[in-house]
Amino acid sequence: MKVLAFAEQRDNKFKKSAFETVKAARGIADQLGAEFVALVIGSGVAQVAADLGAYGATKVIVVDDPSHAQHSNTACAKVIATIATKEGATLIMLPASQMGKDLAPRVAVKLNAGLAADCVALKVQDGNVIATRPVFAGKAIIDVRVKTLTKVFTLRPNVFTAAASQGSAAIEKTSVALEPSDFGSVVKEVKVATGRPDVTEADIIVSGGRGLKGPENFYLIEQLADVLGAGVGASRAVVDAGWRPHDEQVGQTGKTVSPTMYVACAISGAVQHLAGMSSSKYIVAINKDKDAPIFQVADYGIVGDVFEILPELTSELKKTLGK
Amino acid sequence: MKIAVCVNHVPDTETKIKINSDTISIDTNGVNFMLSPYDEFAVEEALRIKEKQNGDVTVISLGNDTHKETLRKALAMGVEKAVLLKSDGARDSFGIAFALAEELRQMAPDIILFGKQSIDYDDAQVGTLVAEMLNLPSVAVVVKLDVQNGKAICEREIEGGHEVVETKLPAVILAQKGLNEPRYPSLKGIMAAKSKPILEKPAVLAEMRVETIQLRKPPAKGAGKVVGTDKSAVPELIRLLHEEAKVI
Ligand SMILES: Cc1cc2nc3c(=O)[nH]c(=O)nc-3n(C[C@H](O)[C@H](O)[C@H](O)COP(=O)(O)OP(=O)(O)OC[C@H]3O[C@@H](n4cnc5c(N)ncnc54)[C@H](O)[C@@H]3O)c2cc1C
Ligand SMILES: Nc1ncnc2c1ncn2[C@@H]1O[C@H](COP(=O)(O)O)[C@@H](O)[C@H]1O
Repeated sequence: MKVLAFAEQRDNKFKKSAFETVKAARGIADQLGAEFVALVIGSGVAQVAADLGAYGATKVIVVDDPSHAQHSNTACAKVIATIATKEGATLIMLPASQMGKDLAPRVAVKLNAGLAADCVALKVQDGNVIATRPVFAGKAIIDVRVKTLTKVFTLRPNVFTAAASQGSAAIEKTSVALEPSDFGSVVKEVKVATGRPDVTEADIIVSGGRGLKGPENFYLIEQLADVLGAGVGASRAVVDAGWRPHDEQVGQTGKTVSPTMYVACAISGAVQHLAGMSSSKYIVAINKDKDAPIFQVADYGIVGDVFEILPELTSELKKTLGK
Repeated sequence: MKIAVCVNHVPDTETKIKINSDTISIDTNGVNFMLSPYDEFAVEEALRIKEKQNGDVTVISLGNDTHKETLRKALAMGVEKAVLLKSDGARDSFGIAFALAEELRQMAPDIILFGKQSIDYDDAQVGTLVAEMLNLPSVAVVVKLDVQNGKAICEREIEGGHEVVETKLPAVILAQKGLNEPRYPSLKGIMAAKSKPILEKPAVLAEMRVETIQLRKPPAKGAGKVVGTDKSAVPELIRLLHEEAKVI
């Protein structure tokens, strides 16, 4: 048996989710007594591939080709499926990142496999991998088993650990022949939004709601976020009001996030908002209404005015963190 | 321009999930169902393309008779044709995608729109599965779509930014919030939808590939700590975050 992990990179840098996926997949391979291989695809990626050694990869297959300079989901999926077949890998793991979610269904169809998407836990039971995934926006949890011989899993970013350790990987370069018709859609341009981490990848998120009263007050959220190196999130109320961009919305119709700490400021905690953030490890709420539902999920709360608390919290943290 | 939109009928976002004693399904008693929010963006986008470039729009849903309610909503928004692929029993994303792909193969649309994910099982699989089954290009999580001369320029969300993706047509597009502002059905639209036919066919499902072992509620969180009621609570909060939670 063999497990293959797809290690996502952008601009020839691995995403944290790549390390998480490699490490988790290696753990499953060990439990199954299976072989393990990591796969990297890109143009000019050969130099960084060895980094995966620190996350448990002893062998990394590298497909390094100028045709992958611009990402194409169709071409990339073909490479993954081809390598998986050549390697005889029957468990394929990808991050449930935007790239991974876009590739996994295609890889599954090509390999006649079933797909368990956006898993937050994987365990081996009687030789089977049981995948756990949140459903109904986190209001329930489902345990599933993929029944096909070949199985594909995507792993939710920020959930599995990516601690580095000692280890080195052997690099094996290979290529997969592609036709022009394999490039059905191609990325033409990447527009980078802000310097702050994306909410799906951030370790800490500071989120603001309608209680901030206007877009001009979001500097309070941004300043706190910057002291903490955090991402900025928002409730739908403020996104719909046009105060913040769509890609900051957290919740059932926004992003599902799992940071180590989520700081909800002047957010009531509507069920649709909680759906997107209740799996955060620690939740801090600042709200002037002691009965706001956000306090039912918060680990720590201050019942008070954000206009008073936030500047104080930012300046105190600056001192504590020596910034 | 021939456009197809696949739509799912899902529990309202307010729904409190109750799990049946079989521990693999939810209790749908008293649950309101609706057109899945991302699919609503897909329907709206289909209508906008039609209004700009001419063409016709068909909505397809796979499920039991209750899905007609969601199809009617799309008809009320202005879609002309609706197809219900009837299926009453258990199914998974692969099975659904297989049946949708069979139907779409015959229909051969220029653009097939999906939501980026259903808000029930949050799988985010079906649209891309269908694309691969039909050997079509796809762009997911699309927030901007420009269809012109046999191709589509899409802007899609990625972590920390946007990607501009060019794809040839026919193609599969998966809608994300931000793509548009869906219209409310007009009274006239709602009346007209009542007399628009819904074509019913049995769904040709594929065998399930993913089996549910157990559906359960997430572990309940204990009550948190209220640290204080004004800014004097800030030092204590920082201490707790540092010493107890160890997050800073
Ligand atoms: C189909 C559907 C999908 C949805 N999806 C989402 C989603 O993905 N994400 C999402 O967030 N919402 C979503 N919603 C909306 C959700 O129901 C709520 O309307 C929304 O989350 C409310 O945002 P809010 O907490 O910022 O605003 P409000 O509910 O208005 O809360 C503002 C809070 O600020 C507090 N406050 C006011 N002033 C201060 C002050 N000076 N200091 C401290 N606190 C103060 C108030 O006490 C209040 O609790 C969805 C709704 C529907 C119907
Ligand atoms: N039963 C269904 N009938 C029609 N379309 C569906 C169905 N289920 C899912 N879809 C479509 O596939 C998208 C992704 O769904 P999912 O993979 O279930 O998250 C949805 O947004 C719909 O556009």
